[in-house]
Amino acid sequence: MKIVVCVKQVPDTKNGVVFNADGTLNRGAMDKVMNPDDKAGLEVALQIKEKTGAEITVVTMGIPDADAVLREAFAMGADKGVLITDRCLGGADTWATSSTIAAGIRNLDYDLIITGRQAIDGDTAQVGPQIGEHLGIPVISYASEVEVDGDSVIVQRQYDDRTHKLKAKMPALVTCLAEEITPRYMTPGGIFEAFDKEVTVWGRNDLKDLDDGDIGLAGSPTKIAKASDKVRKGAGETVNLDPTESVKYIMEKLNEKHVI
Amino acid sequence: MDFTLDKKHEMARALFAEFAEKEVKPLAQETDENEQFPEETVKKMQKLGFMGIPIPKEYGGQGCDTLTYVLAVEELSKVCGTTGVIVSAHTSLCCDPILTYGTEEQKQKFLVPLAKGEKLGAFALTEPGAGTDAQGAQTKAVEDGDEWVLNGSKCFITNGKYADIYIIFAVTDVIEDARGRKNKRFSAFIVEKGTPGFSFGTKEKKMGIRGSATYELIFEDCRIPKENLLGVRGKGFGMAMHTLDGGRIGIATQALGIGEGALQCTIDFVKERKQFGRPIGAFQNTQFQLADMATRMEAAKYLVYKAAMAKQTQKVYSVEAAQAKLFAAEAAMAVTTKAVQLHGGYGYTREYDVERMMRDAKITEIYEGTSEVQRMVISGSLLK
Repeated sequence: MKIVVCVKQVPDTKNGVVFNADGTLNRGAMDKVMNPDDKAGLEVALQIKEKTGAEITVVTMGIPDADAVLREAFAMGADKGVLITDRCLGGADTWATSSTIAAGIRNLDYDLIITGRQAIDGDTAQVGPQIGEHLGIPVISYASEVEVDGDSVIVQRQYDDRTHKLKAKMPALVTCLAEEITPRYMTPGGIFEAFDKEVTVWGRNDLKDLDDGDIGLAGSPTKIAKASDKVRKGAGETVNLDPTESVKYIMEKLNEKHVI
Repeated sequence: MDFTLDKKHEMARALFAEFAEKEVKPLAQETDENEQFPEETVKKMQKLGFMGIPIPKEYGGQGCDTLTYVLAVEELSKVCGTTGVIVSAHTSLCCDPILTYGTEEQKQKFLVPLAKGEKLGAFALTEPGAGTDAQGAQTKAVEDGDEWVLNGSKCFITNGKYADIYIIFAVTDVIEDARGRKNKRFSAFIVEKGTPGFSFGTKEKKMGIRGSATYELIFEDCRIPKENLLGVRGKGFGMAMHTLDGGRIGIATQALGIGEGALQCTIDFVKERKQFGRPIGAFQNTQFQLADMATRMEAAKYLVYKAAMAKQTQKVYSVEAAQAKLFAAEAAMAVTTKAVQLHGGYGYTREYDVERMMRDAKITEIYEGTSEVQRMVISGSLLK
């Protein structure tokens, strides 16, 4: 069995966010981590590997330094890694990203594709399902548990107030939730081995069946008008009134601000 | 000359830091307060390969290097000095001498399970009458057929009772020199827990690293197979000293971690704590104290890393290890003391980590060779 896991290197927002002039993220200037949902997806793949002996190929798209996220995946137990990197692929929105990654995955053998639900830097939750659409395979999102049963995958799908148990024939794509799946730690020896492993690097020319109009900033229908750090809320106002007076005060404020 | 860690070591540091933050820090206060050996944490570390970091893969280890091991002890000690010393004593004082002096059979039988994390190790040299002066040791081993018979006791043994495999030093021969003075010759032995005649005495009640199990070991006609002699008969003292050179790098690292941990706690505290309407970090006295603390720990870090690199590349690294331990231990003591001072009354309470860190730091100036012994080693190399 062959599993492809898509991972993204995302900014570690603990140390602040840096933007380029065009509103896109300056990824090179920030500390980076493996996106938490993707790490959960990798954990799911590793658990399947333990049971079935599956081979795991991890795919990422990003700047040349993004190979670090593949090495982290190796150190957790992944077998192979592919880095898709090319200047012309930069600034991609979800459409261009999913088109590019799907083209990369077409170069690989796979039974199951696992992605995270969404990346913490974009929060769109679109790339995983879009990859599935591009490849014409079934997609199950929001997985909290994934199990392989013969040529099918059985997924516990988590909604806010309910769960669904779904079965799909492979090849299929599943997106995973970090809240439900705790990823394993790397091991020190795994880290050392990870740096001896070869990462496959693909540029634009290695990607077949991909239209130039579907890649990079130019191929992205979404344009970022403006991006900024979160605007801090004001300190607020404290009043000390009895309950009736408090309600009256709040109603006056809401009227004054035209909220009601 | 490059003072930065490469990507591989940075990733290893990130792993140890994440583990320390998530798994060790939440238990550090409780471990200290209850004098409780952190068995669950040790099991987790064993599973992740933390107990065999610098040991080659063919002996069950992780196949990393001394620097990676140092990064592990540093990150663990930043949040819990107890956890740091458990790894250090196991790796430097038990795995390392078996790797260095053991026969292939001994390595397969003892080192593999130690490095794989299936067993925990300890080292026993100190005796009630023999600390810095190892010649005062009374524990004897007598050859009897296919066995050695051990009698005597050891004290202050880290990982005592919880460890499965112990490196024990005992007097096997007494040699008279040309002037008729008697000199004891030591040999090293590998002794397994559960061997008849091997028992545990008092558990020490300590000032710091209170979760670390420190026990007295008692040997009463304890018979061990002949093949458990480690290294060459009569060469045990040299083996102990060489092992302690490596151990001192571990303790220097523990001190480094404790000092760095206390510095970070203090940085966080002075940003929050307000006096006279301002965070105390806004006062120049606080800023200057922090600058001195950070500079001291940075200097300690480079001495420790230098010693780690020396162990990786040199046959003899006694001076580097002694300098690292001397400086890092004294830096940790000074920095944790300042950390308590900057925390004011809160720093004197057990609610704040710096109180524990100051108690933990003290032992680094004492065990595996006091600061005075380190000065002897360093000056000895200058005046030879």
